[in-house]
Amino acid sequence: MTETTPSPNTGFTRIRVDAFEDVPEQPGARKPDPILVVESLTRRFGGLMAVDVDHLEFQRGAITGLIGPNGAGKTTLFNLLTGFDKPNTGTWSFNGRPMRGLSAHKVAQAGMVRTFQLTKALSRLTVMDNMKLGATGQTGERFFPSLVRSRWRGQEKAIEERAEALLERFNLHHMRDEFAGALSGGQRKLLEMARALMVEPELVMLDEPMAGVNPALAQTIIGHVRDLAADGLSVVFVEHDMDVVRTVSDWVVVMAEGRVIAEGRHASIVTNPEVIDAYLGRHHGTPLDPAEQERQLAEAQAEIEAELEAEERAREQEGA
Amino acid sequence: MDWESIFSNTLESAIGRDAMVFALAAIGLNLHFGYTGLLNFGQAGFMAVGAYGVGITVVEFDAPLWVGVIVGIVGAVGLALLLGLPTLRLRADYLAITTIAAGEILRFIFRAAEFRDFTGGSNGINGFARDFTNANPFNGDFELWLISFSATQMWYLTVGWALVLLSVLLIWLLTRSPWGRVLKAIREDEDAVRALGKNVYAYKMQSLIVGGVIGSLAGMMLAISARSVQPDNYGTPTTFFAYACLILGGAATIWGPVVGSMIFWSIMAFTENLLRQLVENDHIPDSIMSGVQVGQVRFMLMGLGLALLMIFRPQGVFGDRREIALTTR
Repeated sequence: MTETTPSPNTGFTRIRVDAFEDVPEQPGARKPDPILVVESLTRRFGGLMAVDVDHLEFQRGAITGLIGPNGAGKTTLFNLLTGFDKPNTGTWSFNGRPMRGLSAHKVAQAGMVRTFQLTKALSRLTVMDNMKLGATGQTGERFFPSLVRSRWRGQEKAIEERAEALLERFNLHHMRDEFAGALSGGQRKLLEMARALMVEPELVMLDEPMAGVNPALAQTIIGHVRDLAADGLSVVFVEHDMDVVRTVSDWVVVMAEGRVIAEGRHASIVTNPEVIDAYLGRHHGTPLDPAEQERQLAEAQAEIEAELEAEERAREQEGA
Repeated sequence: MDWESIFSNTLESAIGRDAMVFALAAIGLNLHFGYTGLLNFGQAGFMAVGAYGVGITVVEFDAPLWVGVIVGIVGAVGLALLLGLPTLRLRADYLAITTIAAGEILRFIFRAAEFRDFTGGSNGINGFARDFTNANPFNGDFELWLISFSATQMWYLTVGWALVLLSVLLIWLLTRSPWGRVLKAIREDEDAVRALGKNVYAYKMQSLIVGGVIGSLAGMMLAISARSVQPDNYGTPTTFFAYACLILGGAATIWGPVVGSMIFWSIMAFTENLLRQLVENDHIPDSIMSGVQVGQVRFMLMGLGLALLMIFRPQGVFGDRREIALTTR
């Protein structure tokens, strides 16, 4: 299904995923081999419906970009799927396993690991300790075995080697013994990504990995995201910059006001009128028709009158 | 001016009962606050549970001392579970509020007239340390240079400092391990740790239990060395003295709480003895300060000293300045 061809221009190994060939470009489209399936998921904050997704599938081995204007519910969806928030209704399954009600650490252990929009480097731990923390199933992390070094020394060494390799790949190796708090913003993003890989996930969920980093570093991060997919991982990433999405994603899901309003390849997304409306506002360029304008004016007028009346009544009552 | 007595008292305080008891209490707090970031303001409550566990078991139920020690430890585990179950899922400040309240609730329960038959009310409990005194291998006084201790003092100091060393060893083993790494990570950002697949709640609970049990040992040693349990010895000032010791020595360091406690109590002894001598020898006139005010003034000086420490050496004696710099994000 997947065909790998080295691209002479970028130096990156470009993945062409033909998996999407027969997938219709519409919200809720079925994918041939979904790793994550979301079913009628809602999350309400008071009167605001933050997330309201009917059906959504993420293809295994692909890079899916989740885009939408600010407040579209992208991060809330991430929080729900990774156990950091509880939905009002709905279910979702990862690798066929139902995930609703699982706490955040269980979700991560299941192989679905996320990063955060505001980077969470563990400042007063060294870069190496940050990395080692990511490894799962450590004997030395259990209370009683932790007291006896010989019980975890071997495992620790293996973990360290894996961490070294990842730090090398993410170009952080020279910082391995520095406190993570001493890293620059961009290095922290890289560290967080590398640390997530220590968990050995199947699906990586990146919340705005390119936000707030300089353009050069953003290119580096894009490269790393591509490498993840090249290694066979599935990637979902949130982004509100359409240009970034274009260069890296195989498939794009667009959210607005909590709903999935469009899905498809990047080329079809940018010309989709629904998406343009969501980004630029529903009424851009088109004047209100006279009847609508009349109705809105009348409504406002009625409101003002009602308010004035109420005020007058209150004043009368005071006087009496 | 009798400088020799000033220095002898200071030295004795540096390794004396209070230094030993508060070293233990601060070691427990260090695991909570220094390593895990849990704001436990109820360490005195854990100490009280240890002390009353021993006192009530031995005096009211006629059990041997070791049974009392076990009861005290089990009680501390129970208190940690009781406090932790509802609050450890919440933000850190809720734990602070709950623990400070729980500590005070415990003190009021222990001193309540209602329960006088068990706790002795505000008089406390006496006469439970016989097993301990009988096991004393020391005879006669101990003297070395300026320091002198009685045989009884030597016995409880030996046991107490042995417990301190054992606790330090335990904390060292725990914090150098991957388990300790998870605790430190939780202190930094628990959501990040959760996202990496660690059960943050379970780790916080384990930390609360271990630190609480070490706190209960401090309470037991205070009770056994004084041969009585007094409810008002386990009020909030006790918790805050332990915090002062911890901050003084350096939080999240192995020896910080121990050395902090030794420094704290030797400064207390030094200022008290110095002021007392100055007043007695009329170097300080009565119009400024009388002998009975020495106790209060030394606390003022201690407070001033701590304030200066926070300004010039916020990391404490052993802390790493680089780490402190990173916390001001």
